[in-house]
Formats: sequence, structure tokens, C-alpha cells
Amino acid sequence: MVRSSDFFEEFDMRNVCSLIALAGLASLQAAYSGDISGTVILKGTPPAEQENTQIKADATCGKLHTEPVKTRFYVVGDNKGLGDVFITLKGISGKSTGASAAPAVLDQKGCQYEPYIFAVQTNQKIVAKNSDPVMHNVHPTPSAVAAGNKEDNKAQFAGGPDITFTFPAPEVFLRFSCNVHPWMFSYACIVDHPYFAVTDKNGKYTIKNVPDGKYTMEVYHRKAAPITAPMTGEVTVSGGSVTKDFTLEAPAK
Amino acid sequence: MTRRSISAPRTAVTPWLHRFAVLTALSTLALIIIGGMVTSHEAGMAVPDWPNTYGYNMFFFPISGWVGGILYEHSHRLMATGVGLITTVLALWLWVRETSGRERLLGIGAIFFVFSLMGARVLPVYVTLACAAPVAIVFAFYKMSRQHGSLRWWGIIAFAAVILQGVLGGLRVVWLKDEIGIFHATLAQLFFSLTCVIALLTSRWWQTRAQLFDLQDARMPRWLLPATTLLLLAQLVLGATMRHQHAGLAIPDFPLAYGKIWPAMDSSSVMQYNQHRVETTALNPITGLQVGLQMAHRITALLICITITFCAWSARRLLGPRHPLTWLTLGWLGLILIQALLGAATIWSNKAADIATTHVLIGALALALGVIASMISLRGLVLSRQVHLNLKEAPAPLAFPTQPSSVTR
Repeated sequence: MVRSSDFFEEFDMRNVCSLIALAGLASLQAAYSGDISGTVILKGTPPAEQENTQIKADATCGKLHTEPVKTRFYVVGDNKGLGDVFITLKGISGKSTGASAAPAVLDQKGCQYEPYIFAVQTNQKIVAKNSDPVMHNVHPTPSAVAAGNKEDNKAQFAGGPDITFTFPAPEVFLRFSCNVHPWMFSYACIVDHPYFAVTDKNGKYTIKNVPDGKYTMEVYHRKAAPITAPMTGEVTVSGGSVTKDFTLEAPAK
Repeated sequence: MTRRSISAPRTAVTPWLHRFAVLTALSTLALIIIGGMVTSHEAGMAVPDWPNTYGYNMFFFPISGWVGGILYEHSHRLMATGVGLITTVLALWLWVRETSGRERLLGIGAIFFVFSLMGARVLPVYVTLACAAPVAIVFAFYKMSRQHGSLRWWGIIAFAAVILQGVLGGLRVVWLKDEIGIFHATLAQLFFSLTCVIALLTSRWWQTRAQLFDLQDARMPRWLLPATTLLLLAQLVLGATMRHQHAGLAIPDFPLAYGKIWPAMDSSSVMQYNQHRVETTALNPITGLQVGLQMAHRITALLICITITFCAWSARRLLGPRHPLTWLTLGWLGLILIQALLGAATIWSNKAADIATTHVLIGALALALGVIASMISLRGLVLSRQVHLNLKEAPAPLAFPTQPSSVTR
């Protein structure tokens, strides 16, 4: 006869064994992967940002700002750290987990797209929100059209329902714009794997859980390291975190 | 120069028809201005749907929504509808006045039928109309060649062209095709010239002027004005192509280009141009092709200035100061000089929308003036001097005199 206590003992034992196995696997993975982190520095003096006078002149959008709104090509923070730099690992494809990843949010706030530069995986949802008291249109214009990224143009009323976009092909700096307010634009970087990052306002980044190996990193910035001339660097991940810094140069005058 | 007179049967001048034709031309000019503002403000895609506007029937779109780029694009669509309506009335008027009986009824029926199809609001219908329009235009030109002096086929051409233009504008939006915008812009200029031609042909001056100014003895080549007009058309196509790159100013300085007489166009230099540019609106990156386009536009502008100066000088020297072609070419020269200044101002102002749009407007006027001047210089070959506007039967083809005529009124 099987006693209930025997059953629970066996059930607990099975759970414990499963947990031990999972922990073991996680440890093994940790032993064979690591994080790549670092800082991107800007060397030199960037061109001065220009004030957006159109937003000020707009009857609705002008009221949403008390300070002058400027272009944001060079977000330079502490110790010359450069923000909005897209960093990815080169040569990896077909590893996208975008379909199951949490959606990225692109908001329209103060008649500006936020964030200005962001990165997602292929087939990861990009959810466009309109938090403004005015209508916008959300107009992505990909260049990788032949590879499957389709141009689209959707109206979005103030407080209207979210609009979702997905892109199946990798692309750097896919532009989102609003034709109602032509100064609004934002750029998405679409990657076919999960190993990428965008630097924060102080130039710092972290790419998590990169499998061990030797990689070439690609660094893109809209002006300092454009699509046609990204910066590259080699890095080796070997069972732990590794630091890789980059220095971009402001264009010579 | 020998002035000649040719007897012409008295025809009823219809001032109201002429005035309506002038109204059509002026309305088209206003539409070109608004259309120019749409592109200058990068608002061509501000209304993502067509023929609706943000889901509303465009005639009922609330004024509270006329914000930002929507103001330009929506106004453009409403104005375009008005021009389409006016053109339809003009076509009907021209048809009715020249026909009778079954031919009249057939024409009216066909125009109304096509007009009603524009209300179908179904994309395949619009595409079909756009494909049929060029066929109708070619057919109308053929009929015109067989029926000298007939004006109603000009009306049919205008009607077909305005349908085509409207559909092209809509398809550019729903198909997300920038390239269609280039055709749309070019056809706009040609359509305006067409309305000016109809206004000319229905004018009292054209119909009843007894003394004709022929170029045969003046040794001014008949091909000079049409060839210059074609050069001007090529320049407008270049300009339309540049504007629809949506890349802003490919060259930010004038008269030099990136500080040189001829700018570098290699990929490394172009990359530097993009790196240094601080754009405040959503612009496409500059490409070497766009730099080349702007240089071609500048060179063609210089050629046009030289050619039109030669036209004006030739007309003054060979035709005398009172010949209509003399003062037309002089006016043409004035327009082109203003246009050149506006082109420079467009660059100096970093493509300010009002200056760039005025540049488009003057371009349209210059093309129309060239077409009118060409019509006058070629009229002995192409058009009858008799415009039968009240005939109940089709006019018989007229034979043009090959020798100087001394017939007087």
C-alpha cells in the first residue's frame, strides 16, 4: 500500500532533483557566457545642436514645451560619454527571440518621439503610443524593403489606440517620422539576435549573456559612426564579464 | 517683317467661356501653390488615407484636425477637388458648344459617367481611370488633328489629365510611392500650361485678330521657342525629382558647391556632408546622385537663361518691338531671371518653404509662358484661325496658305 506520506516524499524528491538539474544547467551556461559592458566616449567637439523653431511655432506643440527644443544628435554626458550609440555583435544571425520578447515602446510625447534611438530584435513588436493632445501619423520608412521590412503609415489620434509594428529583417537606423509634425523622427535598429545595446546618456552599455567566443563588435552613431562607416572592435568572452570601451570622433570641421 | 491679313469668318466670341477658362487656369495655379507648400513642408504623407481623411469623408473632416502638415495636405485635396469640378464644367461647356444631337449626348454622357466613377471610392476603379486617361488623351490629340479648329478635344484632354492627376496624388499616398510624386508634380505643371492654352484659344485676341504675325519672313526659326520650352520642361522634371528625394538641400551653398566650383561626389565626401549636416526635420541622407542632380539643375538653369535671352533678343531684332512674341519673350526673360534669384534664395534660406514654393510657382508660369509663345509661333501649322464655337456640325479642315496671302478683311 502506498501511503500519502510516501507520495509526498517522492514528489518533493522529484522537485528537488529538477531544481538541482536546472541550477546546474544555469551554472553551466553562466560558465560559458558573460556580459560585455563598457563606455563610448566622444572625442572632439561636436557641431552645435540647432534649436527646433518649428515646434515652438506650432499652436499645440509649442504649448507643451517651456524650454527651447533642440536637435539631439550628440547626447554627451559625464566624462564625455556619448549616448544613443547602437552596439551590436557582427556576424550572428538567426538567433532572434523577438517574437517572444516584450514589446518595445515608442511614445509620442511633447510632439517628440521617445526614445530617439532604440534597438529591437527582428519580429519583436514595436508599440507606438500617442501621449500627446494632438494627432500624429506614425510613418516608418525602412530601407531593407527587399528583405521584407515594409513601409507603413498609420494615423494616430490623440490618446488613440496603440499601433504595433514588426520588422522581419535586420536594419540599422530605420526611421520613424510624423508628417503632421516634420521635426519628429526616431530611429530603430533591428537585429537578428539578442546581443545588442544602446548607450545611455552617459555612454554606458551592457550586452548580457553573450555566449563564450570571439566577436567583432559594430558601433553605430547617426553622425559620428554612420551606417556606411561604423566603428568595429574585437572582444573575447570567456565565462565572465568583459569590458570594451570605444572612442568615436566628432566629424572634423 | 511683312504683316499679313487673312480673312476669317466672323465667329461668335464667347467671353464667358474665355473667362471660365481663365478661372480654370487661375484655380490650377492656386492648386500648384498649395501643392508646392505640401512638398516644401514635407507634408505629403500627413494624411495616411485617401480618398478619406483620417477616416472621415474629406468634405466633413473637422477643422480642429487641420493641424501641422494636415492643413497643407487636406487643403490641397479640397482645392484639387474644386479644380477637378471646374475642369469638368469646362470640358462639358466646350463639348456642348461644338456639338449637337447624338454626338453631344454621347459626350455629355461619357463625361458624366467618368465623373461619377470618381465617387466610387474603390481603388481598382481609380487605377483603371488612371490607365484610361493617357489613352483618352492620345485619342483626343488624334481627333484634334482631324478636326482643325475644334476646341472640345482640348477640353477632353484637360478632363482626362485632371482625372489622372487626382488619382496619381491619391495613389502616391496609399501606395507609399515617392516616385509617383515626381510624375504628379510634373503633370501639375503641364496641366497648368494646358489650361493656359485653352484660355488663349478661347480669347478674343486669338479668335478675331485680323492681322496675323507670321514668322515666315522674319527668319526667326519656328523651332526656337518650342525647343526652349522643352528645355524648361526638362528643368522642371529635374526640380521635381530633387524635391521628391526628401533629402533637403543636397548642396547647402551657392554659387559654390561645398566651397568648390564642382563638389566632390565620392562616397567618403558624401558621408562627410551627412555627418556635418544638422537637420531639424526628418530628411533622407544626402547621396552622390542628389548632389549630381542639383549640379545638373544649376547648369540647366544657366543654359535656360542664355537661351531665353537669345529668344528675347532674336524676337526684338527680327520681329520688332510691337510683335506679341517680342514682349512675351521679354516677359519670359524677366520671369527666368526672377526664377534664378529664387533658386539661389532657396539655398541661402536653407530651403525656406515659402521661397521654395514661390520657386515652383514661377517655374510653372515660365513653362506656361513658353507654351503660349510656342503656340503663337507655331499657330500657322497647328491651329486654325477660325474657332467655331457655335457650329452645329464639325468644322471642315482648313487648308493653310503656303504662300504669303494678301487677302484683306
